[in-house]
Amino acid sequence: MLDRRDFLFSALAQGVVMLPHIALGRAKTDRRLVVIVLRGALDGLHVVVPYGEHAYHAARRQLAIGAGPDSGTIKLDGLFALHAALAHTAQLYARGDALFIHAVASSYRGRSHFDAQNILESGGALPYVRGDGWLARLLPLLRCGDGLVVTPSVPLLLRGTPDIATYVPSRSEPPSEDLLERVTTLYAEDEALRTRWRDHLKMRRMAGAAESGGRRLRQLARIVGYLLSLQNGPRVAVLESHGWDTHTNQVVRLERKLRNLDAAIAELELALGAHWPDSLVLVITEFGRTVAANGTGGTDHGTASALLMVGGALRGGKVVADWPGLSGAALHQGRDLMPTTDMHAVLISVLSEFFALDPGSIAREAFPDLPAGRSWDGLVRT
Amino acid sequence: MLGNTMRLHTGPHGPSVAMNRFGLGARPGDGVDGPPPAWVLDHLATYRAKPPATATLERGEPLAARFLKAQREFRALRRERAPGSVGANPAAVLAEEAYAVQLRARIALALQEQASFGERLVHFWSNHFAVSADKPLLRALAGTLEFEAIRPHILGRFSELLLAVERHPAMLVYLDQARSIGPNSVLARQRSERRDNSVPGLNENLARELLELHTLGGGYSQTDVVELALALTGWAVGGIQPFRDRELGRATFHAEAHEPGERQCLRRRYPDGGEEQALAILHDLSVHPSTARHVALKLARHFVADEPTIALVERLAQAFLRTGGELMAVYRALVEAPEAWTSELAKFKSPWEWMISALRAVQLPQERFPVRRGLSDLGQPVWRPRSPAGWADQAQTWAAPYTLYVRVRLAEKMAEAVEVDDPRALAHGILPGVLSRRSASVVAEADRAAQGLALLLCAPEFLRR
Repeated sequence: MLDRRDFLFSALAQGVVMLPHIALGRAKTDRRLVVIVLRGALDGLHVVVPYGEHAYHAARRQLAIGAGPDSGTIKLDGLFALHAALAHTAQLYARGDALFIHAVASSYRGRSHFDAQNILESGGALPYVRGDGWLARLLPLLRCGDGLVVTPSVPLLLRGTPDIATYVPSRSEPPSEDLLERVTTLYAEDEALRTRWRDHLKMRRMAGAAESGGRRLRQLARIVGYLLSLQNGPRVAVLESHGWDTHTNQVVRLERKLRNLDAAIAELELALGAHWPDSLVLVITEFGRTVAANGTGGTDHGTASALLMVGGALRGGKVVADWPGLSGAALHQGRDLMPTTDMHAVLISVLSEFFALDPGSIAREAFPDLPAGRSWDGLVRT
Repeated sequence: MLGNTMRLHTGPHGPSVAMNRFGLGARPGDGVDGPPPAWVLDHLATYRAKPPATATLERGEPLAARFLKAQREFRALRRERAPGSVGANPAAVLAEEAYAVQLRARIALALQEQASFGERLVHFWSNHFAVSADKPLLRALAGTLEFEAIRPHILGRFSELLLAVERHPAMLVYLDQARSIGPNSVLARQRSERRDNSVPGLNENLARELLELHTLGGGYSQTDVVELALALTGWAVGGIQPFRDRELGRATFHAEAHEPGERQCLRRRYPDGGEEQALAILHDLSVHPSTARHVALKLARHFVADEPTIALVERLAQAFLRTGGELMAVYRALVEAPEAWTSELAKFKSPWEWMISALRAVQLPQERFPVRRGLSDLGQPVWRPRSPAGWADQAQTWAAPYTLYVRVRLAEKMAEAVEVDDPRALAHGILPGVLSRRSASVVAEADRAAQGLALLLCAPEFLRR
C-alpha cells in the first residue's frame, strides 16, 4: 500500500499527472461506521413507502399506508414517504443526514434467511463459500483498530479478523415473541409438548410478559455510540436486530419495531456527539418481502428492499432508486419488488467515498468474489 | 435375540440412538462406524477411570480433613469474639470452591468425551448412589464420591462398586453412618459408665437406604434394617462425633464402636466379628436376585423407557445373576437389547442430559455459558437431588410447562453465544434418521441462523432421546 507522499514523489519524478479523485494513502480514521443488520428481511416497501406509485394501493391493499397528514407516513419527495414511526430519522432526512436506497438487493435470489444473510455479510457470490465477512476484510484498509461487537458471538460481517473488541452488557431478557410463536409451530404435532407449551403461554399472557427487545437495541446503540466517540476507541461497529420476519400481523409489529429502530438511531446520534458529522450508519437487511399480503396480515419472503443510511457525513435528503414500479408485470416472479440496484455495489461506492479510499481497492480487498458493478458519486461528503 | 437387534439397529435412526441415547449427544462431525451396538460397547474399551480432568483433584479424605479443621477453628474463633465480627466461615468457602472445581471437571469430561457411553454410566451410577450436597461438608465431598468410588468401578462387579461407595466418607457422612455406634459396643458402654449424655446411638439411615435404594429395592423387614445397621457400626469418619479426636477426614473402621454379636439379615446368619460382618452382608446383597432385578429396572428405565417391559428387565437381571454381578455382562445385554434401538424417542432428557447434549451439539465451552445456573434454573443442580433416591428418571419430573420455557430461553442464549451459520446441516448431522420434517422446516425457516439453532435445541427430537 503506497503512502500518499511516496506516490507524489515518484509521480512527479516520472512526470505523471495526479488525478484529483484518486485517494491514496491512509483512510480517514476520524470517521465512524456503524452497520446495523436487520435480520429477518425488512419490508422496505413499508418503511420507504412509494405512495406516489400508481399501482401502490392496488398492489399492497390492506398493507398500504397513505400519504396525508393522518396517514402514518412523512413525505420525502414526490414518490416516497417514510413510515411515521421513524420520526427522528425523518428529521435527519430533512437536515440532509439521511439517505435511502430503494429496490436494492444482493445477488441472492432464493428465499432462505440463512443463505441470504450469509451472502449479505460475507459478500460472497454464493452462500457458505466464504467464512469471513466483508467488513472484516475492509478493516485492514482502514487501519483504524478493532471492529466492535456487542454480542457474545461475532457476526459473520466481522468474522475473519483478529481485531475484534467485544463488549456485551449483561442481559436477563425473555425470549422474543417471535421465537415463542415458532416454538408453538415446532410442537404442533407433539401432543405432550404442545399442551405444556400452550399452558405456559397462557400463563405468560396472564402475567403480562412484554417484549423488551426494543430496550436492548437502544441500550446497545448508546454503548456503541459512546465507545465509537472515544479518542482511542474503535471506529467500526456492528449492531444486530432481529424479529423483522413479519409473516403475521405486519402493520402492528413493524410500527413497534420501527419505533424502536428510530429510537436506537437517535441514541447513536446523541452518543456520537461531536463526531456525528463524521459518522455513517448503514441499516441493511438480507432481502425484502412480497408486495401483496399473505393470509395472516403479513408478508412472505421477497427480493428487493430498502437500504437506509443515516449520518452527518451523508449528502442526504434524497431517495436513490431506479424505480421499477409495482404493477404486475414489473414485479420479480410476479410477487416481489424488482431489484434494480445491487446492494454490495452501492456499499462499495458509499464506503469508498466515506473512507476516502479507492473503490477498486475496496472491491478487491473486501468483495473479491463479486463482479465489478455500477458506482455512485455524491452520496457522502468527502 | 441378536437377529432382532441386527434388524432394528440397522435402521437410519441407529447412529442417532447410539450417539444420543447411549452417548451424551452427537457433536458436529460425529458419526458411527460399523454396527451401532458394537460402536457403543467399544466406548467402554477406551473409558478412563482417572482421566486428567479428575486425576489432579483433591481427594475426599484430605478435603474432609481440611474442612473439619477449618470448621473447628472458625467455631473456636466465634466463641471468643463478638458476634458479627468474625466474617465468613472458611470451611463453607472451602466447600463451595471444591464443589465448583469438581463440577467444572464433570462438565469438562461430559463435553469432551468422544466415547461417552462410559460417562453416561458414571452419571447413572452417581444418581443410583445419590448423595446430596446440601450441607457444607457434603458440598465439598459429593463430587469425590463420583470420582473416587464410582468412576473406577463401573466396569467390574457390582459388589466392588457397592463396597467402594458405602465406605466412602461422602456416603458415611450423608446417611449419618459416621454418627452411628452399636448400643452394646465398647464405646457405648464406656460413655454410659461416664454418664456421657452425648452418646450417639444406632443410626439406621444408611442401612435402610442401602437395602431400599442401593440393592434390593424392597422385600426386607424392619428387623433386617436394624440388623444391617448394627453390622455397619464401626464405620465412621474421623473428626465427626463420636470420633472427634481421630484422624480428621479418614473413613475407617473403629472396632470399639462396632456392635458385638451375631447378626441375622434376610434369613442368613453372620457370626460375631468386626468389619468383615458388614462386608459379608453386603456381598450377599450384591448378588441377591432382588438386587439384580432392581439394578436391571433402573438401567432399563434410564436408557430405554420410563416403564420398560418386564422381558427387558428380566433379561438384564439374568445377565447380572448369571455372572455374579458382572456389570459388563449387564451392559452388553442392554446394548444388544432390541428394545433399546427403537426409532421412537421414549425418554425425555433430564436437564443435565439436555444441557450437555446441547453444549456438545453447538460446541460451546463451559467458560462461555453459565451451565451451573442453567441447571439450577431447570431444577437439577448437580449432586443436589435433596434425597438419597436421587433424581427420578421419568418424564413427568422434567416436562413441566415452566421448565420447558426455561429450556427455550436457555436454547436462545446458547445459540447466540456461538457462530453456527447453517443450523439445517447441523440438525441433520446430530439427529440422523430421527429429525422430523416439521422440525427440519421450522429450523430452516427461522429468521436467522441463531434462531434456527435455538429452535433445533428445543425441537421434540432434541428434547428426547
